[in-house]
Amino acid sequence: MATTTTKLILAAALVATAGCAKKRPDVLPPAPGGTEQVDPNAGQTGAVGTGVVPGSREDFMRSVSSDTVRFGLDMYDIDAEARAILDTQAQWLQRYPNVRITIEGHCDERGTREYNLALGDRRANAAKNYLAARGIDAGRITTISYGKERPAALGSDEASYAQNRRAVTVTIG
Amino acid sequence: MRNRSVLRKSLAILGLMVTTPVAAQVEVDVVGGISEPLTIAIPPMPTPAAQATAAGSTDELGLQLAEIVANDLRNSGLFKPPAPSSLRAPSFDQVTAPDFGYWGGSGASALVQGFVRANGDGTLTVGCYLYDVFARTELTRQGFVVPPSDWRRAAHKCADTVYTRLSGEGPYFDSRIVYVSETGPKNRRIKRLAIMDQDGANHRFLTNGQSIVLTPRFAPNQQQIVYMSYVNDQPSLYVYDLGSGRQRRLVSGVQLTFAPRVSPNGQWVLFSMAQSGNTDLYRVSINGGSPQRLTDSAGIDTGGSYSPDGSRIVFESDRGGTQQLYVMNADGSNQQRISFGGGRYATPVWSPRGDLIAFTKLGGSFQIGIMSPSGGGEKLLTEAWGDEGPSWSPNGRVLTFFRAGQGSAKADLWSVDLTGVNERRIPTPLDGSDPSWGPLRP
Repeated sequence: MATTTTKLILAAALVATAGCAKKRPDVLPPAPGGTEQVDPNAGQTGAVGTGVVPGSREDFMRSVSSDTVRFGLDMYDIDAEARAILDTQAQWLQRYPNVRITIEGHCDERGTREYNLALGDRRANAAKNYLAARGIDAGRITTISYGKERPAALGSDEASYAQNRRAVTVTIG
Repeated sequence: MRNRSVLRKSLAILGLMVTTPVAAQVEVDVVGGISEPLTIAIPPMPTPAAQATAAGSTDELGLQLAEIVANDLRNSGLFKPPAPSSLRAPSFDQVTAPDFGYWGGSGASALVQGFVRANGDGTLTVGCYLYDVFARTELTRQGFVVPPSDWRRAAHKCADTVYTRLSGEGPYFDSRIVYVSETGPKNRRIKRLAIMDQDGANHRFLTNGQSIVLTPRFAPNQQQIVYMSYVNDQPSLYVYDLGSGRQRRLVSGVQLTFAPRVSPNGQWVLFSMAQSGNTDLYRVSINGGSPQRLTDSAGIDTGGSYSPDGSRIVFESDRGGTQQLYVMNADGSNQQRISFGGGRYATPVWSPRGDLIAFTKLGGSFQIGIMSPSGGGEKLLTEAWGDEGPSWSPNGRVLTFFRAGQGSAKADLWSVDLTGVNERRIPTPLDGSDPSWGPLRP
């Protein structure tokens, strides 16, 4: 489900960016060999020489230090490490003011289902509030809590729990 | 109540040890939970005339009916029925005139005989008779007329009749459980709403698994189930109508809504709503409309459950630092903490009898426990790595819950008697979680 969502989001981002590219034909290189055939990704600026579409999910992932911030047990405060990560996300989001994001809040499995839904919501909102305080329009940010329904690490151990207590930023074009 | 229970216990001992024809003395002890289960014989039920029905031939149904009755009574933990197929079936005439001499030598203290008959209008009649073998008396009898599709319900009703007469407790076998059927890897778990009889029969899926579904809860009218779904990536509460198979969103808006419970009169849904990272309790008409806020704390308030008279609500809150149980009036006034033991307390649910609150206790393990509504008499009933989410049987005697596996995606449905004994797994086709035990069927 998460994978499918990511793919759909990526596809949406590509479509959106392709649309933008048509409005800025000046950044496109001359058509090679005088034909109309162009690679829509060729010559884009941003991540230079990588073929990465500026403003895309891939661009976001390459530009920020992480899409994920982590939390302590039952905690939802944005610590120094999380602030550093969210700062890079805020910088990128300021470059691409048309990109909207969803922040997913997640928990480890050592909480009850309903409480974890509320805790995941707290975590997603803590990350949202930090980005808003960094100047990102809150209207661009939606949140969703998955509670303990979508763990990143599958073990029942402290290392897995630490990975699962997280807020993940996903761009939606 | 307590005195009556003691009386029952002494009757139970008398009934097992003394044979006197004066009065019915077969009783079972439901409080101590330590006495030997009562041996009860449930032979195959004869038919006056073998006849084909939509449920099968009546001469074959008789054994299956007896097996369902025996299985229900065995699962209660209070009875020890031999396999019906191993018992001598009575003739049709013997159903109302048992061969007490024969059964007296069988080791059984109680005897359930019955019959099954196909009626001219297509229905089935199932007769159910309970006898005290030593006293040689009839204790009770009931007849049930059912459409062939409900033939198993007639057996559950018969088992309820026997259970109620011998234990003094309310019936619970003719009831259903709605739950979340689970399959697939832990990080891409597929979850579907499913419903079944309390013994696992008549299982069917209600949703197709495209969206995550969580925490289904029965409405008292048996026809509606309130649950949470991630459809359209907008986790929110829905009402599923069992008659039509249709579902509708309960609360509009983008806020996260979850943790529903229906009020005893069926009019309200108590639920949690998160707004900007803060979760409080609300109620809304089961028909929708504007939610009314009931709590307003900076903590997470969730897991609300009404008392059976609808006048009070138990819920969990971490306003004091960790998850604890609180009780308040139904309008949100007079909020009082009731849990003070070590560890965290979650998912409180008020017993339909009103005398107890069941919960999940979170420490090194997750355990199912009970306490009084004032917080006294805490008792833990299970001991496992991941027991969560208790739900009461209609008579308030048994709890169902789910048990998550450590280091795996595995989860199963279980039940346990409120004395903490007779823990057993409820069979489901796939994994299961979030069980909600529905009311007794009419």
